[in-house]
Amino acid sequence: MDNRSEQKTSTSSNGRPENNKRDNITIALAGNANVGKSVIFNELTGSNQIIGNWPGKTVELAEGHLHFEGHEIDVVDLPGIYSFSTYSMEEVVSREFIAFKKPDVVINVVDAAVLERNLFFTMQLMEMEVPMVVCINQVDIAQQKGIVIDTEKLEKALKVPVVATVAIRGEGLHELVEQAVEIAGKYQKPKPLEYGAEVENRIRILSDYIDSKKLELEYATRWVAIKLLENDPEIRSLIQSKSEDVVRRAYQLATEIEDIHQEPSFAVIAAERYSIANLIVQGAQIQTKIKTSFSEKLDRLFTHHILGYVTSALVVGGLLLWTFVVGDFFSGLLGDALSFFQPVDPQISGPIVSILWNGAFGGLVAGLTLIIPFVIPFYLMLSLIENSGVLTRVAFMMDSLMHKIGLHGKALIPMILGYGCNVPAIDSTRILETRRERLLAAFAITFAPCAARTIVVLGLVAVYVSVWWAIALYAIDILVMFIMGRVALKVVPGETPGLIMEIHSFKLPSISVALKQTWSRTKSLIYLVFPVYIISSAAIQALYAFGVLTPIANALAPITVVWLGLPVVAGLVLIFGVVRKEFVLLILVTLFGTNLAPFFTPVQFIVLALVSMLFIPCVATVTVLLREFGWKSTTTIVLANFATAIVVGGIALRLLLPFF
Amino acid sequence: MPHSPSDKKLSENIEEYLETIYRLSNNGERVKTTEISKTRNIAPGSVTQMLQKLNKMGYVDYSQYKGVKLTDTGFKKAKSITRKHRLLERFLHDILKLKNSLLHEQACEMEHSLSDDAERALCQVLEYPDTCPDDSPIPACDFPFTSCEECMARKEEVGEVGKRNENLIPIMDLKDHQEGKVSFIRGDYKIIRRLLDMGITIGAKIRVMKVAPLKGPVEVSIRGSKLAIGRDIACNVFVELTGDSKATTKSQATAK
Repeated sequence: MDNRSEQKTSTSSNGRPENNKRDNITIALAGNANVGKSVIFNELTGSNQIIGNWPGKTVELAEGHLHFEGHEIDVVDLPGIYSFSTYSMEEVVSREFIAFKKPDVVINVVDAAVLERNLFFTMQLMEMEVPMVVCINQVDIAQQKGIVIDTEKLEKALKVPVVATVAIRGEGLHELVEQAVEIAGKYQKPKPLEYGAEVENRIRILSDYIDSKKLELEYATRWVAIKLLENDPEIRSLIQSKSEDVVRRAYQLATEIEDIHQEPSFAVIAAERYSIANLIVQGAQIQTKIKTSFSEKLDRLFTHHILGYVTSALVVGGLLLWTFVVGDFFSGLLGDALSFFQPVDPQISGPIVSILWNGAFGGLVAGLTLIIPFVIPFYLMLSLIENSGVLTRVAFMMDSLMHKIGLHGKALIPMILGYGCNVPAIDSTRILETRRERLLAAFAITFAPCAARTIVVLGLVAVYVSVWWAIALYAIDILVMFIMGRVALKVVPGETPGLIMEIHSFKLPSISVALKQTWSRTKSLIYLVFPVYIISSAAIQALYAFGVLTPIANALAPITVVWLGLPVVAGLVLIFGVVRKEFVLLILVTLFGTNLAPFFTPVQFIVLALVSMLFIPCVATVTVLLREFGWKSTTTIVLANFATAIVVGGIALRLLLPFF
Repeated sequence: MPHSPSDKKLSENIEEYLETIYRLSNNGERVKTTEISKTRNIAPGSVTQMLQKLNKMGYVDYSQYKGVKLTDTGFKKAKSITRKHRLLERFLHDILKLKNSLLHEQACEMEHSLSDDAERALCQVLEYPDTCPDDSPIPACDFPFTSCEECMARKEEVGEVGKRNENLIPIMDLKDHQEGKVSFIRGDYKIIRRLLDMGITIGAKIRVMKVAPLKGPVEVSIRGSKLAIGRDIACNVFVELTGDSKATTKSQATAK
């Protein structure tokens, strides 16, 4: 991309290369969320970009490369958006990308089953006057619903090439790219559709006025005029800095529109755009019969007022069960394969060996046996239920519950992720609209019992006390997560933004897309987590080997021994637990051997497991928190975790003693 | 922006001087040092010193015997601070009901820290007053609006689209599969814009598919797509019932 932008600087003044015959073409994919844009992207570039089924998933721009009949093509996947307003960052990013980077052609991916709503966005793209091809995707799903689209008629109405595709099966993609390359070569700009006279005339007056001011804008004049009439805050301040006269003129014209229609001008323009879209759809779409598709039947089940909760619980529970069963199996296999790794006693082997072997290599082994086996099946299943549309229904059912902790249904998705691993979960809070929501969700996630914590609970409680106590700990953890979410809501004031989320049809997810997605997610996790694991694991071993940790553990005795009723060594164990949660178990095994029963009472097992669960999140989690929210919020979250662990642990001890 | 406390003190002092000069020189005539000294109750020597400083800073045109006059920059700044002062007096008087004798001093303290945005909001709350409580005119603002109506229209916070009438029902109260015509939406403009973008425009046919239990969101069908809309938003989207769906609604049923 950098090379390309350099190349673009040497182009003519209107931002266009002067020679027509170019080998290097940039295609941008733009369209609504869940229209299959990312599937097309994957099919074209074979890249490993993340795609998903919930709105606004593709936050970052994904790029890939394609060789096509002698052309070198860069493909950029823009975020899925519904309009070029300023509702979300994705919308702003997309319009700026198109205006500033000036892709040679935009492929507007459109959901054939929801043509009208999609055309609303198509019209705005046309107004940006960027060469484009319309791709009518998922025509198979539309047909199941009894919707057939006459691409020729649509092409006539839009005066832009239209190609029908079924991206998931690769149908129509060759023709699509062919058309895109042709349009890019001709640099053929679309001709924007006309509004009703009252609006259209004023757009023209304002466009002419803007042109007369020679403002040298990156955006197309007509598009700017429309945005000014809509009172788009960002465009207004952009123009204001160049010419107050234009802003004033736009205001006068907008007021005239408002006087005629007695509505805010943005509402008038949106309504007109939709009525044009509606007219086009009526001309080009044939609704043969209204069929109750299989999707709708499934939908009834998933959002039924009672069964919906059952299916939601089954989805969440099934996802976790699958993760643990499959994860356990692979973890066992990998564990056997890596069984040569046994922690050494630093007293015997000396500090260097223990730092490198116990620390660095131990970190790698734990990462391999823990992250990989649990995270891969989790991600794979998650992406399948995500791409099928199941998760949107779960979010719909859970919205009211999530409101209790100041979040809406969409936030459930990262929270479920948190059960696998906090790191990608916090990463995916980006799907939420405001920083406040992201922070609240991330905070709740730090309490979610991830795979590593589960291992500690299973290893300490299920093995040495009973499975039921392990399950009880899980329940307590979820309760704590909920209560702390409520507390955080009180601390972080603000309003919970309302939910506006598209519920798209169920579809059969593509295994290959899910696999690519899983790999891409796992890969980014490995890059983030493995270095932190290996380095911090080695560092803490170094501290231990040089005798720094034992005094700290002793200093913690008032908390660990007096308040929590644990042995002094628990302090040491918990410090290691900060590096990696499952270290709690690993260190105990190193110190006491494989049978821990003689060294702890059942109550101590439970309290230790509970405290390790709630205690300071692991370094990898802290790293991602720092990246997302800065040190202030991260410190607060860490301290809150710490305090909760100590308080809950102490209370648990006192409540549990009578039972044992 | 002033950084240290002494900087702040200085800039407040500058503003006070400019304000005084603005007040005393009604028709743009020169103001005498003695007048300022009398009004502000400050020794003439100190006044002269300050005026020389202001002269250097380009806020005033000052020469010892002719008196002082605001430059264009000085006038703009003086006008803005006077406006803030008089708006604040209005506010303290009309809304906080402070005694007249307290108004001036209080406003003097507050005017320096009033941001331009707060000034605009204050003006809107006070419904665009022309004069302060002692009938001195409030200078016009420097925002690029042609009229107060424009300023009001540009509030960009909450508003409504469509026409409100008695027959309207929020979509929240529709029964499953009941259909209506979107007639009135109110709320945060950002949310309204989003709803419009998603196809919920005035006059569009909307059908409630189902309402999630436990005060959950409502699922609607609009222009061939399905949307989940949170309860708080759905309570502010109103429809007019169309045709045969004019049967009883939940609210009417409960009313009986």
